[in-house]
Amino acid sequence: MEVVDIHASCDHEFIAQVEAESEQKVRLCYQCGNCTAGCPYTFAYDIPVSQVMRLLQAGQKERLLSCKSIWLCATCESCTTRCPNEIDVARIMDVLRHMARREGYVSERNVKVFWDTFLDSVEKHGRVFEMGLLATYVAKTGRFWTDMDLGPKILPKGKLSFKPHEIQGKDKVAEIFKRFRETQQ
Amino acid sequence: MKIGVFICHCGSNIGGTVDAAKVAEAARAFPDVVFTSDTMYACSEPGQDGIIQAIKDHQLDGVVVSSCTPRMHEPTFRRTVERAGLNRFMFEMANIREHVSWIGKDKEANTNKAVELTGIAVEKLRQDQPLFAKQFDINKRVMIIGGGVAGIQAALDCADGDREVVLVERESTIGGKMAKLDKTFPTVDCSSCILGPKMVDVAQHPKIQLYAMSEVEEIGGYVGNFEVKIKRKAPYVNWELCTGCGLCMEKCPSKKSKDRFNEQVGTTTAINIPFPQAIPKKAVIDPEFCIKLTKGKCGICAKVCPTKAIVFDQQEEIVSESVGAIVAATGYDLFDISKYGEYGGGRLPDVITGMQYERLLSASGPTGGHVKRPSDGKEPKTIVFVQCVGSRDKSVDRPYCSGFCCMYTAKQAILTKDHIPDSTSYVFYMDIRAPGKMYDEFTRRAMEEYGTQYVRGRVSMIYPKGDKLLVRGADTLMGTQVEVEADLVVLAAGAEAAVGAPHLAEKLRISYDKYGFFMESHPKLRPVETNTAGVYLAGACQGPKDIPASVAQGSAAAAKVLALFAKDKLENDPMISSVDIKRCVGCGKCVQVCPFGAIKEVDFRGEPKAEVIETVCQGCGLCTATCPQGAIQLSHFTDNQILAEVNALCQL
Repeated sequence: MEVVDIHASCDHEFIAQVEAESEQKVRLCYQCGNCTAGCPYTFAYDIPVSQVMRLLQAGQKERLLSCKSIWLCATCESCTTRCPNEIDVARIMDVLRHMARREGYVSERNVKVFWDTFLDSVEKHGRVFEMGLLATYVAKTGRFWTDMDLGPKILPKGKLSFKPHEIQGKDKVAEIFKRFRETQQ
Repeated sequence: MKIGVFICHCGSNIGGTVDAAKVAEAARAFPDVVFTSDTMYACSEPGQDGIIQAIKDHQLDGVVVSSCTPRMHEPTFRRTVERAGLNRFMFEMANIREHVSWIGKDKEANTNKAVELTGIAVEKLRQDQPLFAKQFDINKRVMIIGGGVAGIQAALDCADGDREVVLVERESTIGGKMAKLDKTFPTVDCSSCILGPKMVDVAQHPKIQLYAMSEVEEIGGYVGNFEVKIKRKAPYVNWELCTGCGLCMEKCPSKKSKDRFNEQVGTTTAINIPFPQAIPKKAVIDPEFCIKLTKGKCGICAKVCPTKAIVFDQQEEIVSESVGAIVAATGYDLFDISKYGEYGGGRLPDVITGMQYERLLSASGPTGGHVKRPSDGKEPKTIVFVQCVGSRDKSVDRPYCSGFCCMYTAKQAILTKDHIPDSTSYVFYMDIRAPGKMYDEFTRRAMEEYGTQYVRGRVSMIYPKGDKLLVRGADTLMGTQVEVEADLVVLAAGAEAAVGAPHLAEKLRISYDKYGFFMESHPKLRPVETNTAGVYLAGACQGPKDIPASVAQGSAAAAKVLALFAKDKLENDPMISSVDIKRCVGCGKCVQVCPFGAIKEVDFRGEPKAEVIETVCQGCGLCTATCPQGAIQLSHFTDNQILAEVNALCQL
């Protein structure tokens, strides 16, 4: 592990950006660890969420945006609920994930593919088309056998439709996506 | 003689591992014992009433209580037997709690031992005689040693209580450590602005006699009547004449003198007034640097002094003061940072102590309040603070927490941001200990409002890199090794006992801990008293303390002094030594060993004999153990009593 020059390597602009986008003040964190204590995903994280907060205070942009944890966060908001300083930690994780996506850091490709496929499906059909999502996700990630066993259980219950659901205002949903893209330019 | 024996259960403390009823039953067989009983809490009101009732019902002449340590309840039970009409010294105590029930679980063995200890106490009581205290006069003047904020507070409170105060200060001015501070936490108010008026009050109070540049040389006597010899060191200036105008300082050509007040951040003149608010504001010559005193030439100060106050051949003098009580308020010193070789303190000019940094921040300091680093006078932009330097570190024999460093470091980080807005401060810490009122909020403010970067971890080393200092440490929360290129490093040096504290403790006949801090009489219930009657403690001499705690203890010590002085006569403890003049051969050994100077040699029909001064003897028993003739005996601890106890133990 390399030595971190905490003065030179502290990216103040990065901290300011995270603070602006999340509307949270990272200095408020006093590292009690309550977020990590309650997080159900710590077992899968490469950096526990309290350490994500510490790295953020130290402006360690590269390490944060390239970490897996920000992609694995399920936004269950246990951390937010329990933070004694009322920091919305889950929102910070969300902001970090968006920043990572924007700046081309994707440490968990499958997660990103799932999000993209999900959103594409919503954009196209006004709501998610499960079968289409499944097919695209499996095709893009090559995870053919994952959840294969669930198919026979779900199909008879009518939970998987072979056709997209027709909903009202489909075009309005697509409009939201369009407006979003415009703001991003 | 009719003796009553009471065995205490102390709830389950004794009752849990000692069969108290069985001990009471066994005690009935001891000689002269006419009544025994076991009681749940002997010290409680019904317990004490039971003892009084038994004394009356059975016409008892003496009482034994087997319970806790006499340190706890001997005075309680002495009062109890006195209330029942007995002499309060016709009472003995056997310690079956600390010495028996708390140290073993074997109930049978414990019960046997409790019986034996009770038997010993009975044998001792059988040879006890009623004793009567002597009354003696009390001198209602108090001496306070140390003129820091604790001593100042104690002095002012005693003087306001209309008692004469003798205040002895080692340095040439009072004010102590607090006078050196720029600001105080957590209010960030100017230290000298709040201390200055108190110092002036000391100077102007008609009841306070101030001896600055003086040290306690010798202390004799006892509570109510201490005789103290004070050494007044020579300032080489007649302070009666000196007006503190400062002309001598302006003209003095020896400008490389050690600036002790400014923690040697800079140098000063050989003739010097430490700071503008000094009390007394008088000049002092440092003989180590004065050209006249070292080389015999110069004497410019003497020429310019408008009142002709300079006296190059001034000698130190000894003055005597009689007082009835003494308050030790000698404060603390700072840990020597050069003991951490890896931090470069004392070797690297830009690695300084927190106290030195205070002087850099202070408007009356050597840099006029502009933060300039010592090496090149540049304004530092990156400042690293390292906490726990000489605190919580067994390897340097300082395992204790100095208590105030977390707070002063947070304060200095805040002040740094105020002085240099474009600076960044890093604080390496292990824990933040901020338990006072508004303290934690203050450290949080340093982080949240002033952007101080707190890094949880220790610093392993500091070494020069170009004109900067590379600080290598750990961030345990980030889980990595870190480094910072700093312009200035401030080490939060811990507190240690003041230089010479153990030496003074010996003069005061009080105990001190292994680090040199004075021992209070009880850590919780007697925090300002010592085990020597009439000697009290105030401030950091008893252990590291911040300003509010020191001031509180100063006032507490004054309250104790005033309570003592509220009496016109004091009583001695009559358990003291006495000489059997027929047996005494006048060898004088007892005179030599007595730590209190309580034995004098007298002439008895042409022969030398020892005589005990009853009000001075503290009953320690050293003389008894020393006397080759067995001529000097300590009442209630006579040789015969001790032999009777041993006999009882061997026969039981």
